[in-house]
Amino acid sequence: MIVEIGHYALVLALALAIVQALVPLYGAIRGDGPLMAVAQPAAVVQFLLVALSFVALTHAHVVSDFSVVNVFENSHSLKPLIYKFSGVWGNHEGSMLLWVLILALFGATVALFSRGMPDDLRALVLAVQSWVSAAFLLFVLLTSNPFARLDPAPLEGRDLNPLLQDPGLAIHPPLLYIGYVGFSITFSFAAAALISGRIDAAWARYIRPWTLGAWIFLTLGIAMGSYWAYYTLGWGGFWFWDPVENASLMPWLAGTALLHSAAVMEKRDALKIWTIFLAILAFSLSLLGTFLVRSGVLTSVHSFASDPQRGVFILGILVFFIGGSLALFAFRATALKPGGIFAPVSREGALVFNNLLLTTSCATVFIGTLYPLALEAVTGEKISVGAPFFNLTFGPLFIPIILAMPFGQMLAWKRGDLLGAAQRLVLAVAIGVAGMIVLEALRGGPVMPAILAGLALYLMVGSFVEIYGRLRGARTIGNMVSRALGLPRSAWGTALAHAGVGITLFGLAATGWGVERIVTVKPGEPVAVGPYEVVVRELAPRDGSNFKELVAHTEIREGGRVIAEMDPSRRSFTTRTMVRTEAGIVTLGAGGQIYMNIADVRVDGAIDLRLYWKPYVALIWLGCLIMSLGGLLSLSDRRLRIGVAQRASVRPQAAPAE
Amino acid sequence: MIWAAFALLTGAVVLAVLWPLGRARNLAVQTPDVTFYHTQIEEIERNRALGLLSDADAQAAKAEAGRRLLRSADATPPQASSHIAVRMSAVFALVLIPAISLTLYARLGNPDMTDLPLSVREAERSGNAELMSAISKIEEHLAANPQDGRGWEIIGPVYMKLGRYDDAARAFGFANRLLGETPERLVAQGESLVYGAQERVTPEAAELFEKALNLREGHPVAYFYLALAREQMGDKAGALDAFMNLARGTPPDAPWQAAVRARIVALGGNVDGLESVQNAVPDEQQAMIRAMVAQLAGKLEQDGSDAEGWARLIRSYTVLREPDLAKAALAKARAALANNKDGLARLEELAQDLGLKG
Repeated sequence: MIVEIGHYALVLALALAIVQALVPLYGAIRGDGPLMAVAQPAAVVQFLLVALSFVALTHAHVVSDFSVVNVFENSHSLKPLIYKFSGVWGNHEGSMLLWVLILALFGATVALFSRGMPDDLRALVLAVQSWVSAAFLLFVLLTSNPFARLDPAPLEGRDLNPLLQDPGLAIHPPLLYIGYVGFSITFSFAAAALISGRIDAAWARYIRPWTLGAWIFLTLGIAMGSYWAYYTLGWGGFWFWDPVENASLMPWLAGTALLHSAAVMEKRDALKIWTIFLAILAFSLSLLGTFLVRSGVLTSVHSFASDPQRGVFILGILVFFIGGSLALFAFRATALKPGGIFAPVSREGALVFNNLLLTTSCATVFIGTLYPLALEAVTGEKISVGAPFFNLTFGPLFIPIILAMPFGQMLAWKRGDLLGAAQRLVLAVAIGVAGMIVLEALRGGPVMPAILAGLALYLMVGSFVEIYGRLRGARTIGNMVSRALGLPRSAWGTALAHAGVGITLFGLAATGWGVERIVTVKPGEPVAVGPYEVVVRELAPRDGSNFKELVAHTEIREGGRVIAEMDPSRRSFTTRTMVRTEAGIVTLGAGGQIYMNIADVRVDGAIDLRLYWKPYVALIWLGCLIMSLGGLLSLSDRRLRIGVAQRASVRPQAAPAE
Repeated sequence: MIWAAFALLTGAVVLAVLWPLGRARNLAVQTPDVTFYHTQIEEIERNRALGLLSDADAQAAKAEAGRRLLRSADATPPQASSHIAVRMSAVFALVLIPAISLTLYARLGNPDMTDLPLSVREAERSGNAELMSAISKIEEHLAANPQDGRGWEIIGPVYMKLGRYDDAARAFGFANRLLGETPERLVAQGESLVYGAQERVTPEAAELFEKALNLREGHPVAYFYLALAREQMGDKAGALDAFMNLARGTPPDAPWQAAVRARIVALGGNVDGLESVQNAVPDEQQAMIRAMVAQLAGKLEQDGSDAEGWARLIRSYTVLREPDLAKAALAKARAALANNKDGLARLEELAQDLGLKG
């Protein structure tokens, strides 16, 4: 009965979503209070219904109810409990239900935490959000119903794809989805602003927490996914410019641009058109990603079963929402009043520069992802656009962004002083250049890694120069601390997030210094990799709950002394008759990692190994964590932001006058 | 019980919509935007007090916020609510919510199916466990004696039932090789390949079905899959013909008839025409029925008191399209049942139904 109640709750959620999409919309247009007031309870109840449905499906997975097709196809009675939970979203139907759940969750949070918002704007946001919900609920119910039943019920399930039976994959999709779907709410805000005409600084203030929240989760989700690829796919790569990865990178780039442009709009009432456009773009790219992944246009570990009907349905949703919002945009374009005026060299100017570069890099990813698909559709020719294309296009676009990042923090609003900013960044530049020279001298080899690492150092230091400048005028330590605490947390958040980008860049640069060994060894035979020595002590079989594995107990030595151990393995999953390797990873020193993967075990006991020494590689993900932390700090800053415009007569200043 | 839960949920949802509609709302005197700019000005003041802003900067920022404050205060205030719109919305929600959810659920849901967690399926599971241990025993045996064709033949169907189609195909393959190819084994191997390929007839499977047809002409299962292969290759007309042949040429109660008809319908064919053809009972069967009827007639000649038996006989003659024999039997029955009032009444009723006069 639980299953059917879950199913009914989902159908009911659709009915409610339709009412929520229409009544408050009409109310907001007519200025009718009670009609607008329907939106809030409806959004909360809609979330409760979808949550009930999600709990019902999860329950079915946990108790192994194979009368539910979804459970039968993706579960197994012997599967460890955590994967019974994660199996709920480790498949197409369940993950779409999660998608709808998060849509409803964002609606409910707006309904509950928006006391300071104008009634009509709130009603419109919730109505638009409900349009999106209704579309996806319909999609789930008609093409991907997770509550389809089987009679008679089989006694055993088909098990979850072994690649997905991994703790990283248990949390990657929810994180990524919160980010992906989180941009639905900024989209709803943009549409609401266009409908109501409330396109002003206050609007930018309202969307701040949502944009930041979505961006934080998307950052974490992408980092998690890339770390998963790194340790599961077995060759130590962490980013493949795979279309599915690009599908998550594009909304991230657009979202990052949105974050910055919304800050300008909030403080200075400028860049309104840009901000609205980026809000629409970020969600459109999320939808595009969903379409690419779910329609079967792409085949990858993410696409599960593909079905043309689903593709057509999502394409319909895509066209409706992107087309609809752009039409609204065109309709309102004349009403968009330009806001605060600024000089080209100013904080605003720097942010426009950042936006242009971010959107251009987003466009290159877009082209690199879709061009091969379009070409194949038109001419049938298959080409692959891989790392070389992206390194040549994306890389050059990102270097100016990184160079400009500390400048952006340094310039004053309205009109800034480029020379003054440059003078204050001298220290950061010096550290960057020195780092570049020292690293090249120590490491040797190609210069590119050292250049990028120097750039990363410059960014890390440069991110904090602005805060240092604000504290420098303090005369006592106590005064300095009180000033540091008095600084808006968003300033700290910015510095931290920018430094996070620097740390990630450093990790990326360091991949150039990595060492790779592909060898065949017998147990006991040492292999040198980088500054370390790796010895497989023995091979031993081991039984897991739904797999059998062959484990290589391995030691890592430095100067003859054992400093670490690891247990890489090859797992064979019986139900799906699939083999998956479990890499052995040990972090040594400043984020460097020894990475070992068993490619094959020969009959005579010899082992084919892929061994890597990857200096500083962990910094890639650490940097992402720090970026998210910066976002979180910024999010925790509930104060209003003010942008102080620099008047022409006043000389730009380093520190505020006492 | 489950419908009560549905009703409760639906009621709660409808209430959640009606509740805000029913409440009179005090419209905010000050719009939140105005509050926003007021707070912004306070924030500037606080920053100035902390020494984070110079007096001049604070002045400029306050002036800017002040200008926006004036602009947003000019915005039109919300209008009063319309009673008609509220009432219309209430009706809209009251009708739309139950209508949509019940219609859609009626189409998609399975209200009669209970939950079936593994914990309540112990009995089935223990049977399954026995089966599993039996399978692993046979597997061990086959690993030691891979030349045992009988063993492979036994385990093949078990694999099929468990959904291990690749294993099943392998097992039937061994059986064919070791015991010699028979139409049944070839078809079984082909079928497991088809199932393993998500119900697509692969070229390898098609070859097996061809072989089976060569060994036994008109093997219906092999014929079915070859027709399916045609359909999947895009030869819709050819496939339809083949399916029609199969439907006509085999007994109406054959296990594959439902599948064949489903294909015919899917290909746009008409199954109505099949009914009359199928009602024409094949000769062999007819002969068998005739023998049975003759036996019944003989029995009734000796003992005519069985009213039920006479009725059966008369109906049988009608089905066999022997109206004269039916009429003769009716006359005999009337004579034999002269003393049995109830029996006679039943007989007349039957004669009426079958249209037998006289």
